[in-house]
Amino acid sequence: MPIIKIPTPLRPHTEGRRELELEGKTAGEVLDALCALYPVFREHFYEENGELRKFVNIILDESHIKDLQGLDTPLAEGDTLRILASISGG
Amino acid sequence: MLTIPQKLLDEIHRYLEEAYPEEGVGFLFGLEGNETSVKAQHPVPNAWQPEVERVRRYDVAPQDIMEADDKAEEMELSIIGAYHSHPDHPNQPSDTDRERAHPFFIYFITSVENGKAVSTRAWRLLEDRSKFIEEEIEIMETDWFNLGD
Repeated sequence: MPIIKIPTPLRPHTEGRRELELEGKTAGEVLDALCALYPVFREHFYEENGELRKFVNIILDESHIKDLQGLDTPLAEGDTLRILASISGG
Repeated sequence: MLTIPQKLLDEIHRYLEEAYPEEGVGFLFGLEGNETSVKAQHPVPNAWQPEVERVRRYDVAPQDIMEADDKAEEMELSIIGAYHSHPDHPNQPSDTDRERAHPFFIYFITSVENGKAVSTRAWRLLEDRSKFIEEEIEIMETDWFNLGD
């Protein structure tokens, strides 16, 4: 199963877990599995139209999934998705 | 109450003075489960676009976030927060800071006036994102626990 790594500021929502193994053949399916387990993530990740929020960075092997096939990016057994907490302000 | 060794705060201030008149930014590392003690700091470039707005905005490139996360893990630490400067402005969170901040993170904001870091305050966003709460910073003179670079 693919692995998803959770950044520090989101770990309070996963009972402190740093990474989870989740079912899914695409990045979108793994994110959906995470949201099913912890529904609070849905508002973190998605706009109302179902698109990923601009400041949510989902990385596969150092590539942003938006530069791959977006939520349809296929995942192989053991692939690791990484969520990066954006750091930005003024 | 947050603690930080004087040495680390001096490093942060030097870096933010070098970044002046632009905003400087970096990460705070600490032990997971004890997010009240800063053990290391890690400066990163301000990647805000357009560049001309870096005097009042900051952003960190995804690659630099990943590298910081890797470095923290190598040190057996975690990213517990971030710091940035407000050049020639008070060290209070702006509306932009509040819109883009994460609850559970520590945010250090340093006021840099005429190129000199004058003071740093620590803030934490409430979980409902309504406002920042200030946290007191205790500066540790003796750095027994800093793991160093």
